[in-house]
Amino acid sequence: MPLPASPLDFTLAEARDALRAKRLSARELTTAFVEAMAEARSLNAFITETPERAAEMAAESDQRIAAGEARPLEGIPLAIKDLFCTKDVRTTAGSRILETFIPPYESTVTRNLWNAGAVMLGKTNMDEFAMGSSNENSWFEPVSSPWRAKNSNQSVVPGGSSGGSAAAVAARLCLGATGTDTGGSIRQPAALSGIVGMKPTYGRCSRWGIVAFASSLDQAGPMARTVRDAAIMLGTMAGFDPKDSTSVDCPVPDYEKDLETGVAGLRIGVPREFRLEGAPAEIDALWSRGVAWMREQGADIVEISLPHTKYALPAYYIVAPAEASSNLARYDGVRFGRRAEGAADVVDLYERSRAEGFGAEVQRRVLMGTYVLSAGYYDAYYVRAQKVRTLIARDFSNAFERCDVILTPATPGPAFAIGEKTADPVSMYLNDVFTVTANLAGLPAITVPAGVSAEELPLGLQVIGKAFDEETVLRVGRAIECAAGFSAKPAPWWRFS
Amino acid sequence: MRCRIFGEARSVVEVFVSETADLKKLIRGRDGHWEIVIGMEVHAQVLSRAKLFSGASTLFGAEPNTQVSFVDAAMPGMLPVMNRFCVEQAIRTGLGLKAKINQVSVFDRKNYFYPDLPAGYQISQYKHPIVGEGEVHLDLSGGRSARVGIERLHLEQDAGKSLHDQHPDHSYVDLNRAGIALMEIVSKPDMRSSEEAAAFVKKLRAILRYLGTCDGNMEEGSLRADVNVSVRRPGAPLGTRCEIKNVNSMRFITQAIEYEARRQIAIIESGGVIRQETRLFDPRTGETRSMRSKEEAHDYRYFPDPDLLPLEIEAAWIEEIAATLPELPDDKKARLMQEHGLSAYDAGVLVTEQELADYYEELARGVDSKSAVNWLNNEVLGRLNRAGQGIEDCPVSARANNEILTLMADGTISGKIAKDLLDIVWTEGGDPRAIVSERGLMQTTDAATIDHAIERVIAANPDKVEEIKKKPKLAGWFVGQVMKETGGKANPQVVNALLKERLKLPGEG
Amino acid sequence: MSVDEKTVRRIATLARISLAEEQILPMAQELNGILSWVEQLRDVDVKDVPPMTSVVARHLRMREDVVTDTNEAAVLMRNAPAAEDHFFVVPKVVE
Repeated sequence: MPLPASPLDFTLAEARDALRAKRLSARELTTAFVEAMAEARSLNAFITETPERAAEMAAESDQRIAAGEARPLEGIPLAIKDLFCTKDVRTTAGSRILETFIPPYESTVTRNLWNAGAVMLGKTNMDEFAMGSSNENSWFEPVSSPWRAKNSNQSVVPGGSSGGSAAAVAARLCLGATGTDTGGSIRQPAALSGIVGMKPTYGRCSRWGIVAFASSLDQAGPMARTVRDAAIMLGTMAGFDPKDSTSVDCPVPDYEKDLETGVAGLRIGVPREFRLEGAPAEIDALWSRGVAWMREQGADIVEISLPHTKYALPAYYIVAPAEASSNLARYDGVRFGRRAEGAADVVDLYERSRAEGFGAEVQRRVLMGTYVLSAGYYDAYYVRAQKVRTLIARDFSNAFERCDVILTPATPGPAFAIGEKTADPVSMYLNDVFTVTANLAGLPAITVPAGVSAEELPLGLQVIGKAFDEETVLRVGRAIECAAGFSAKPAPWWRFS
Repeated sequence: MRCRIFGEARSVVEVFVSETADLKKLIRGRDGHWEIVIGMEVHAQVLSRAKLFSGASTLFGAEPNTQVSFVDAAMPGMLPVMNRFCVEQAIRTGLGLKAKINQVSVFDRKNYFYPDLPAGYQISQYKHPIVGEGEVHLDLSGGRSARVGIERLHLEQDAGKSLHDQHPDHSYVDLNRAGIALMEIVSKPDMRSSEEAAAFVKKLRAILRYLGTCDGNMEEGSLRADVNVSVRRPGAPLGTRCEIKNVNSMRFITQAIEYEARRQIAIIESGGVIRQETRLFDPRTGETRSMRSKEEAHDYRYFPDPDLLPLEIEAAWIEEIAATLPELPDDKKARLMQEHGLSAYDAGVLVTEQELADYYEELARGVDSKSAVNWLNNEVLGRLNRAGQGIEDCPVSARANNEILTLMADGTISGKIAKDLLDIVWTEGGDPRAIVSERGLMQTTDAATIDHAIERVIAANPDKVEEIKKKPKLAGWFVGQVMKETGGKANPQVVNALLKERLKLPGEG
Repeated sequence: MSVDEKTVRRIATLARISLAEEQILPMAQELNGILSWVEQLRDVDVKDVPPMTSVVARHLRMREDVVTDTNEAAVLMRNAPAAEDHFFVVPKVVE
């Protein structure tokens, strides 16, 4: 099977096999990506590059491969979203308040990756505390998507909050990246960046050591160029963790095993409520194309209804800020993080450290969250939103009696220009309209690149599955990937800037 | 029945007799009587090796910040995991309080900012605590008792400690205590005097120590009380209450309540209104004062902690724990009264500490209860008190004391020798029975020996022999001399009888 | 329900974020924008619907009472902006 000329164009699966077959060394592979990463600084995809550590890890991988002890991800260079605490490596969550924070512990998910032999290239840029859909909320400046609209020199967003990871994968600066998804923060940037992004079932991956945004919604997941690559990464990332009380103790299957099974006989649900008024026609058109592909491949198409879909985003924008307002209370300048100078008293210390350390969107959401939890409003907002959440989960349970997976658009449009949507918070929130229901119900979902917009920017399709049925979700995702034959690649303009 | 006698001027005392107010507990104010209403929230540190939600140690007195998990320090990405044993201890305590164990309870976040609260929230329980209503019976002076209702018990994290007096401009934070499991035990406002409040804490402390769920050490802070005090005219609705936080000794509880009640009465009687606030007791002045930082109304924004799930407790587990319960103070007291014929007072004192009650029972085995209690109080506790020690420090075992008492009861040794024997065992150790035979401490009942001793005493004290004809009470002196003469070993009853014969004294013999 | 400047100040105090005078009104407006958008949740019939307590139904797992976290104070202090003798230092708190 002929490999691409440059290792940068390998898929993760191809690199894994090539390393095992000793067609190239881990050192060579890592060096290629370290160089690509260094040449791509104008994308601003990375907050911290770790080339020395990468070289050490690659060297160890070569030893293991030579000894015949290659682990599942041996020698595979990955980028890590800067929301995962990496031991002795700066972890900022995209925020000024953690600009100099160096965790003395490693998150469970990244520990799993290193235990499987993966190599860390660096920490990727992101919306501050995972709050955002464009990576424009980072203290470390926005990320530019490696994609550009046809005939345009304008930078577009990679999506968010895992914008740096999406950009790094799309620009071939790594073989895969980790992301986190609370309202769509893996799937939306994956779709806007023409790559695969998966959010597994809530509780599938451990949250221990991941800077918390909204505890009942956050989930770690893989971002990679192919569905198989995502499946490989997920197999290592996932697993029970006794240090996380919301982690589920059920075995991790081999996610690669049934990938090529196809969709014949599967029932694909198509929810009528995902037809969005005012969305570009091409979104709907791509969705219809996706449905057609499934039908052609032997799946049954079932019209379903998820009646509470339109309430998902508003419910999310109550629950997530509420939990965040409490999770972010620990950032107070006392034990770690940025402390304001010359504080007159403790209250002054808190107020100014947080005002200086948190960006505008974070402040907005913390205040929003504080408000909806406050006396007199708790029942009207938070409790009500949690009830709506129950209804949304019930919608899915009902739907899954008649179908095995659900097929929807991924985003309401392609990537937009940096600065285009920052004026009004709500218009930015609407980017997650298709992704957020899966978070509220805790269900697994994947986005797969399926086409391009009129301006030749990537568009994706989303598959949502039943709890802990990642295998079927991956299988359907693979079928879409096959049918779509997405082969567009961003022209590497960043190397010459 | 209520009857009112209205006076015309304020100097006439209005007497309200109602079925709820106990006249004896009322405080006399300037214009009549007042009733104090007291409720308490007691924070009891759970005896466990590790903390409530982390694996850090709970040992007291460690170097600062050496017993702090990253979870306790609320570092980014850290998550709580429930310690099963802490739940067990809370259930055990609930059972000891005769309370309802709630099989489903929820952990909520209580959100506020303070330097010793690293996460900016405390994991506690708000609407659905692990334990519901229960009760505690108080032992009061004069053999009276009272019942205080328990409203609820819930589990929560303790905060760290701040030192404010080490530096003019800085406070220092130690998080060793942050995350230790606390049981917050809330009483109903059933107490009506500082005596009752102190008795409540005393009984509660005893119950916790019997159960082994808290060591009740108020000096080390493992038992702390927040006292809610309000006053009202008997029969009137509840007054506005003030909360006195963190009172950490029985004495201070009593003083704080007395001061606070008078403070409130004085305000009301001069036409003022009580402001609901949180106060601190200052032991140096004996007064309570308002806490500055707590003046703003707190909005804790309670919501269920999304890092945890509701706690479900199976009935089988509760039964398992119930089967491990020891005999509690009230039951033990009743049994001692019944089986040993002890007075309520004596039994009450014994059961204050489980160790003491156990010590007594072993010491009293097979001997007269009253003598046993007297021996314990006068000889054993007497010596311990003089040395500033407690029963747990006693160098003589209960069994050894029991031997001494048995030897006294069967006449082998006299009362005086028994005390000497205790001294020997106390300082040198050894087996009482063996010491008696080795050192020949047996009591002499032999009439001949005693008679000789009496003769010697009579011969040596002719003047006293004369005096006794006028002062029969001198017989006691003679007995003492005969005891000395026989090295304390003579049986006092025989001495008495023979003396009376010899000296031809009138009397009972 | 809408938020006025007084409320913004109150929430900012609760959340310990200091807002400059000129930020108060814009923040009130932004929050009101979001709040009026989430108002649509009132249209949902939530009668007899329980609030979601756990996303994937499970039991709360518990750990054994064993000391497993033994960090050195120095490690804990490493990121501290102000520390002395292994204490965290803050401006004096007056009670």
